[in-house]
Amino acid sequence: MTPSSPQILLPVRVSTIIASFALALLLNFLPWRDLRLIPDFVALVLAFWCVRQPRLVGLGVGWTLGLLSDAGNGVLLGQHALAYSLLAFLAVWLSRRILWFGPMLQSLHIALILLAAQAAVVIVRLAAGDAFPGWPIFLAPLLGALLWPVATWLLLRPQRRQAHEQAI
Amino acid sequence: MDHTPPPFFKRGPAPLVRLFFFASLSLALLVIDARFRYVEGLRGWLALAAYPLQRAATAPIDLLMGIGSYFSLQANLLEENQRLRERALANAQDAQRYQAAQAEAAELRRLIGAGEKLPVQAMPAEVLYLGRDPYSHRLFIDRGAVQGVKPGSPVADETGVVGQITRVHPLVSEVTLLTNPDQAIPVQVVRNGLRAVAFGGGNAGTLELRYMPANAEVHPGDRLVTSGIDGIYPAGLAVASVMSVERDEEHSFAKVICRPTAGVDRGRYVLILSSETVRPPRPDEAQVSKERRGDKSRRSRAKEKQADDSQ
Repeated sequence: MTPSSPQILLPVRVSTIIASFALALLLNFLPWRDLRLIPDFVALVLAFWCVRQPRLVGLGVGWTLGLLSDAGNGVLLGQHALAYSLLAFLAVWLSRRILWFGPMLQSLHIALILLAAQAAVVIVRLAAGDAFPGWPIFLAPLLGALLWPVATWLLLRPQRRQAHEQAI
Repeated sequence: MDHTPPPFFKRGPAPLVRLFFFASLSLALLVIDARFRYVEGLRGWLALAAYPLQRAATAPIDLLMGIGSYFSLQANLLEENQRLRERALANAQDAQRYQAAQAEAAELRRLIGAGEKLPVQAMPAEVLYLGRDPYSHRLFIDRGAVQGVKPGSPVADETGVVGQITRVHPLVSEVTLLTNPDQAIPVQVVRNGLRAVAFGGGNAGTLELRYMPANAEVHPGDRLVTSGIDGIYPAGLAVASVMSVERDEEHSFAKVICRPTAGVDRGRYVLILSSETVRPPRPDEAQVSKERRGDKSRRSRAKEKQADDSQ
């Protein structure tokens, strides 16, 4: 179906999507040591589903997840909601284009999308009167983009067929 | 004849329209939250929805620590036991001296007619996780409104003040750390009793004494404790020690940088203190002027000074 996947995938189950979002939120809530270098897992998983299933997962889901992140982290309500809506829009918009490329070029696209979302968060914080947090904050999206092939491999696992099913 | 597309082409509004919709919704929420604080109820519900995930995120760590302690060697346990017993002995001596000193202090306070200090109640809590935003300097603890946590209560660990509770959800609470640039705490230099206000220094993890005159009597190594005149923090809790004092002739204020005593960014367990001190209501302007006209006893002057300081 998609040019970059050599095999035909099973249809996605909604439960897989929900479970992956729950897992990503959980990873974000882990007590990390230095949060500046930890990629935003929710953003990564959201980008993945927006690219793969733009008809199921889109801006509404992104906005809701953003609100949950905001409340869970005690920041201004709407900050991540705005960033994730932007991210979902870009991912849905670019989804057909992205899937034509190989894993590394896909990562480059995702890096841009994640950077845009992070920039939205930083702009909101600046507008709310905080000081500029420094450039290391933009490292996290790049690290997140490096995780893209891993995320693809993991999240597509439930949709792959067994080897013996493929050999006809 | 209508020109609507067949139903399988219907995909709702175009993505760009949706982006505008959700972006404006987010911006509206941002403005409402930042300016008017109308959405605390919504925030409480969302926090409740996120609570199971937060608990689940810390569960594996608890499990690992549990397994680790199960397999800890007996030698380690014996050694730790010995160390704890020694510390308990030392603490017992301190505690006895403390009781005597407390009785003496209460006696003296009664003599000079000052209000009695109420004992400080402490509730232990576990740190759930830090805020996702590394620049917000917040952490989340597993006690909330259900357990009787009140906003504004100071939070400390075994070595000193960590921060203050700024938001209470049903099951969790938010603690703003001392290092948050918006957080201020009234302190006192132990050596000479000089009062000051310490502000958070942001990402450097330090505190800063602002508005100290350039000739203020502060030296590196001085210990700072809470002064207790604000009515929020109990007096005498360790806050920070002075790291450096820069006196620049171009500025009229000294730049005093301090290091927090408590593990503000470390540790898993904290204490929520609730000090419900009974203090006289702040005298309003009319009363103050009346008192000024009347005879000025030593006590009323002290009270006035206290009220002025705590403003």
